Amino acid sequence: MNLIKHMPWLVIAGLASQPAVADQVHAAVAANFTGAMKSVVAQFEADSGHDVLLSFGSSGKILAQIQNGAPYEVFLSADQAKPKKLEEAGVVVEGSRFTYAIGALALWSSQPDFVQNDYARLTSGEFNKLSLANPKLAPYGLAATEVLEALGLTEATQDKWVQGENIAQTYQFVATGNANLGFVALSQIMSQGHVTEGSSWIVPSELYSPIRQDAVLLKKGQDNLAARDLMLYLQSDKAQDIIHTYGYQTE
Amino acid sequence: MFTEADLDAIWLTLRLATTVTLLLLIIGTPIAWWLARTDSWLKGPIGAVVALPLVLPPTVLGFYMLIAMGPNGVIGQLTQQLGIGLLPFSFWGLVLASVVYSLPFVVQPIQNAMQALGDRPMEVAATLRAGPWQRFFCVVLPLSKPGFITAAILGFAHTVGEFGVVLMIGGNIPQETRVVSVQIYDYVEAMEYGQAHVLSALMVGFSFIVLLGVYGFQRQSAGMLGVKS
Repeated sequence: MNLIKHMPWLVIAGLASQPAVADQVHAAVAANFTGAMKSVVAQFEADSGHDVLLSFGSSGKILAQIQNGAPYEVFLSADQAKPKKLEEAGVVVEGSRFTYAIGALALWSSQPDFVQNDYARLTSGEFNKLSLANPKLAPYGLAATEVLEALGLTEATQDKWVQGENIAQTYQFVATGNANLGFVALSQIMSQGHVTEGSSWIVPSELYSPIRQDAVLLKKGQDNLAARDLMLYLQSDKAQDIIHTYGYQTE
Repeated sequence: MFTEADLDAIWLTLRLATTVTLLLLIIGTPIAWWLARTDSWLKGPIGAVVALPLVLPPTVLGFYMLIAMGPNGVIGQLTQQLGIGLLPFSFWGLVLASVVYSLPFVVQPIQNAMQALGDRPMEVAATLRAGPWQRFFCVVLPLSKPGFITAAILGFAHTVGEFGVVLMIGGNIPQETRVVSVQIYDYVEAMEYGQAHVLSALMVGFSFIVLLGVYGFQRQSAGMLGVKS
């Protein structure tokens, strides 16, 4: 009885005290950055006491969701084009855009010794399928086609291309052995600074335009302390050290 | 209005759906007949397996298909030994996956039609000295025709609408695995909403007409049965 009588006050007290305890931020993150982001966020939550809600997906899908009112406050894209597009649409906090990671590409097979740290396997044509991300949709796919072009192997390999809709699926085709060769994000096969399984060739960065991945603070998160803190944290040395262990570079 | 890639995708989708429907009618008929007539304890488990694709997310089905058809999977090892190679990223890989995916949509209407017949027509045919095969082909099949037509339409339409499984095992190869639903997905992801609208509208129209046809046909055949009984 007493409790019910005091209920309105309890609710108000609860609401008022919330910001002092911890803020929550909802971030949408490009699929290729999944592993790195989870590590960064674990550290961020421990350091700041804030709570982070993560949604992963292809940048294209996240962009469409944001344009249609998704409740994200921070967006980590796989490229620069999509954050710029949102800037033009006026849904981004001005001046918030920065490059949180520069992605690297690897030619990878799940079989040991299949790739001898070079692209001889590609030239030889001795592989069943070459998995790459759809160049129309995914920056890593575009980079893969640039590499093939630079090596003069586009036409020779084209018949063997199989395309993932995003880099996660591209990885899956190779990991399950259905394609014994593929261009994946280095971050997908790297953990604690090492390539953990299969065999690979880390593609020299001269062969493709840099995969600069930009983050933006969306207007929905403008007044959210946790969102602002997360944006700052991503630029800290501590976060960047973690990001490096996943095979990304930073500025 | 349609680009060449769109037309390729439409043609591929129609080819896939036709192949799958024909195969499913051949495979589904004995399964449906058995399920309709048996008293075996296996009826429950087999019926449940057939119905699984109704409730499983296509990603689950696609993921297991990818593994099963892969070099270390059961199907993959079989196809490699037969010299066919690996099935993912090929038209026939999609056919196999779609047969599994659309199986309940074909088996269940046929099974329902056969169950509705009851024992009577079979008994009458037997007294007229019709053998088991003759009874099946001359009595059961014609009388179950409405079930078969519903099954064929639903199997076809469901295969046309397939997406998740194709995405998992297709590899987006033009004229081989890039079906209409994947083409639409690509347009949306690439923010080419105009092209996405054209194909999407086609799918909505197609699906509506198909379902309208099924319901119209079911009402008609229900009416026919009503007059008879």
